[in-house]
Parts: sequence; structure tokens; C-alpha cells
Amino acid sequence: MIRDITIGQYYPAKSILHRLDPRVKLTATVLYLISLFLFKNLSGYLVATVFLIVIIRLSKVPFKFIMRGMRPVIMLLMITLLFNLFLIKEGEVIFSAWIFKITEGGLRNAVLMAVRLIYLITGSSLMTFTTTPNELTDGLESLLKPLGRIHVPVHEIAMMMSIALRFIPILLEETDKIMKAQIARGADLESGNILQKAKSMIPILVPLFVSAFRRANDLAMAMEARCYRGGEGRTKMNPLRYTGRDKAAYAIVILYVAGVVAVGRYVPLHIWIF
Amino acid sequence: MERMVQTEDLVFEYAKRDEEGNVIGTQRAIDQVSLEVAEGQFIAILGHNGSGKSTLAKHINAILVPSEGTVWVGGRNTRDADELWNVRQSAGMVFQNPDNQIIGTVVEEDVGFGPENLGVPTDEIWKRVEESLKAVGMFSYRHHSPNKLSGGQKQRVAIAGVIAMRPKCIVLDEPTAMLDPNGRKEVLRTVEELRRQEKVTVILITHYMEEVIDADRVFVMDHGHVVMDGTPREIFSQVDTLKEYRLDVPQVTILADELRKRGLDIPAGILRKEELVEVLCRLG
Repeated sequence: MIRDITIGQYYPAKSILHRLDPRVKLTATVLYLISLFLFKNLSGYLVATVFLIVIIRLSKVPFKFIMRGMRPVIMLLMITLLFNLFLIKEGEVIFSAWIFKITEGGLRNAVLMAVRLIYLITGSSLMTFTTTPNELTDGLESLLKPLGRIHVPVHEIAMMMSIALRFIPILLEETDKIMKAQIARGADLESGNILQKAKSMIPILVPLFVSAFRRANDLAMAMEARCYRGGEGRTKMNPLRYTGRDKAAYAIVILYVAGVVAVGRYVPLHIWIF
Repeated sequence: MERMVQTEDLVFEYAKRDEEGNVIGTQRAIDQVSLEVAEGQFIAILGHNGSGKSTLAKHINAILVPSEGTVWVGGRNTRDADELWNVRQSAGMVFQNPDNQIIGTVVEEDVGFGPENLGVPTDEIWKRVEESLKAVGMFSYRHHSPNKLSGGQKQRVAIAGVIAMRPKCIVLDEPTAMLDPNGRKEVLRTVEELRRQEKVTVILITHYMEEVIDADRVFVMDHGHVVMDGTPREIFSQVDTLKEYRLDVPQVTILADELRKRGLDIPAGILRKEELVEVLCRLG
């Protein structure tokens, strides 16, 4: 059961989005996320919707797959929706029962905020679906390189990320083994309330940590034995190079951001209360 | 022949600590070891757990620096900080646990890790990765995740990762200890192949005596000392001494030794089954 967890989900396909330079995708995602909060009018939402649909089609990631990624955040969505719905009091009251009152403003804010959050999650998960974890760390390292000047260990952070990704399946397997070993010795992991369950995790976590530290020690030695000495003087097996495609993508994203903000701010569009 | 590795009066001590972390004494892991390894040789170092053989291996790669005495690798003193990376490049090291020495998330990426660290240009890295993976017979697995490979395959990838750095010498620290019999054979065959084709010096550290039969020279270690030194035949002819050092002597060798003690005319130091069969047939 523990193996069902997938982190850094990547959806292998051969789309133009998959082939883009990871730096483009990272920058574009950040710009896209910011742009979502820079407009208020319904017209802006329409532009964003069209853009998102086009991007999803281009990515060749099935819509169902994207929706599945939405499941863990449904709770969060519901909470924001309810808070906005009942706590914002603006304009006419459209529903009232006991102490609950829903106003026009509340409904508008709740729905629009939910849409924003869904677009936000869809956009950023599209990036992880189309970028392998390695490309992602490479891209991050390259983009954050300027921070190296103020002594942020950018290369080391990227290296730690990629090592962590490599060891996730190994440590999951190990957890599985330890759990079985403890169950075989009579450990009860299933019954009891949350507190008891948390307590029963201790005999699993302690050996897991010990083994993780031992592995880290071994790995550090193996890396040093292979002449690893940080990022300086290191060459890359897959150096990142911008192509014409990447430049075009940058241009499109900038155009989109400018467009969506301009339309969303200056083109009024009203349907019912929105 | 040129000397690849040389140690002179090598001593390595580590501090013993009590539960609060206070030093309560020192323990000698290696005590006055002097040995020489010529270029291109296949050297085996035998010893049971705690005999200091792994500690010795780590000195050849400059992971550990001697407390006393000197280690030269390819004429370079491992104590010399300026030469550290040259030493590590010329003496590659393969460790025991196959999982804990693979860094890349894809096989070819892991093999490229060493050359990347050395600052090799990109095109050259790809060339080396291809050659190294072909040399260990793992080229068709280049796009696989290391997690999906068997133990023997992982060790072969680790060996490829070392060869890609173009070392003159490979130190294998119990590379087969965590493998099943098939994986062991696989790894030993690969090492043997490399030795013949790439002409690298191989230093194999192990406690399986069967693995050292083909070595040019065998050192036996016990309590930090080199206690025996010679060709496999010379070593294996002293069955009783080997047992004293808690080493598992191969069955054939024991059988031949027992027969010889009972008065049969069998030479000492029989290493292979076929050899014993031949000798016995001639007796009859």
C-alpha cells in the first residue's frame, strides 16, 4: 500500500511541452501563477480558461490524469469555498437561514477564488507532469544560479533534491520491510485511535532513521571516492541549451500574461452577479 | 614494472570513545603494513571481519589518510592535499552495498557522475559512458532506473561508473558480499574481463577464498597486520594457518590437504576441483 505514493509525478509522453527547456517551464509557471491574481473581471477568466485548455491539449496529458492530481486538495478547496461563501458580506442577501447568510459578493468571491485555485493547481501540476525530476532540478539549479553570489549553495540544494528523489523508492521499500519485520514480531500497527497509531509508528521510524543515516554516510563516501567536490569545475552530461522553440515559448507566455492582465482589468464583462 | 600502489609502515588509528563521546584510547585498525602492488596485477586481500582490510582499501583511495607511514598511489603521496583528486581519479573504488553508491536516477546518468566531477567535456562524457557500459555489459540497460536492477547488475553499473573515470587501478571493497551466487559470478566475471581488456590493476578485497584463485598475489590480513603474502598456491597450501585466521578454505583444498596428511601423494595448494580429480586419477 505504501508504494502507491508517487512523488514528483511525471507523465511520459512526446509533446512539445515535454521537450521544452525546464527553465522555460519553471519561469512560465511562476508568471502564470502570478498573472492569475492580477485581474478581477470575468473576461480575464475567460482568457485564462482558453489558455489553460490549449496548454492541456498541447501537453497530451489526459484530462482524467490531471483531475486525479486534484483529489488531495479537494478539502482545501472546500474550506476556502465555505469561508468565502459565509464570511464575505457584500451586496444583496440571496440566501438566509438561521445565522447563515449568503450575499452576492460572498458567492462571487467564493466561486472565483475556487476557480483561481483550480487553475493554479492545474497549471503547476502540468509542469511536473511534463518535466522529469532531473530536468526540474537542473532547471532550478540554473535559474537560481544568481543566488550563488550571495552564498546560497544552489548546486548543493539541487544535488540534494535529486539524491532525495533517487532514495524515495529505496526508503519506501525499506519502510515496507521494517513494517513487516515488526508485524512478524507482534507489533500492532492497525488498531487503536490516532494517538495509539502514531505511537506504534515509533518502532518503524527509529530503525528507518538509523538506516537512512547509514545510507547517507555510505553515499557521501562513494561520492567523494568518485571525485565529487561540489559544483565548481563540474561539467554537465546534459547541459541546458535554449533552442528557437524555447524562445518562442517565452514570447508566448509573456504575451499571454500581458494579454490576460489587460483584458481582465480593462474589458468589463458582467453575467448575472459575476 | 611500474609500482601502482605502495604502502610503507602504514598505521591507522582511530579514537575509541565512551558513551559521552570522550576519548578513552586508540585502536589500531592497521599496524605497520608495507606492501607493493605492480601495475596491471590482480591483487587479492583476504581477511575476516575486523581484520583491517576495508580500512586499508580506503587508504588507497585517500578516503582515509594514514596516522603514521605513507601510501603512494601512482607515485603520489595520498597525504598531499594538492594531489587528492588525482589519487582518487587514478584509484577508483567500488563499495559493498550496491544501493548506497549509485547516485544517478538513470543508469547512464550515474556512470556519467564521475566524469562530470572531473570536468570532462560533455561529448567526451557520453563517449566514456557508452564505452564503460559496454565494457561491463550493461549498455542495453542505460535508460533504466537503478532501482529496477538486480544486485549484480547494480554492482556492474557501479564498476562502469568507476571505469568511466579512466582509473589505472580499481579497488573493490567486498563487492560481492551482499549478492546472491549468480550476482557474485556476474561481478567477478566482469572484473576478470576488465583486467584482461583494459589492463587495469585490480585490488579485490574479500573474505570469500574462491574469489582469489586467479589472483597474481594474495595478502592475508589479521588484526591490522599482513600475516601471509604470496601466490594463491603458496597461500592455499597452508590450510592450518588459514584456519587459524578464521578464513573459509575451499572444500577441495581441505579435502586435498586431509588426503595428503593421510599419506597420499598429493601436492600442496590444490585450488580447483579439476586439479584434484586429475591428481587423484594419476595416483590410481
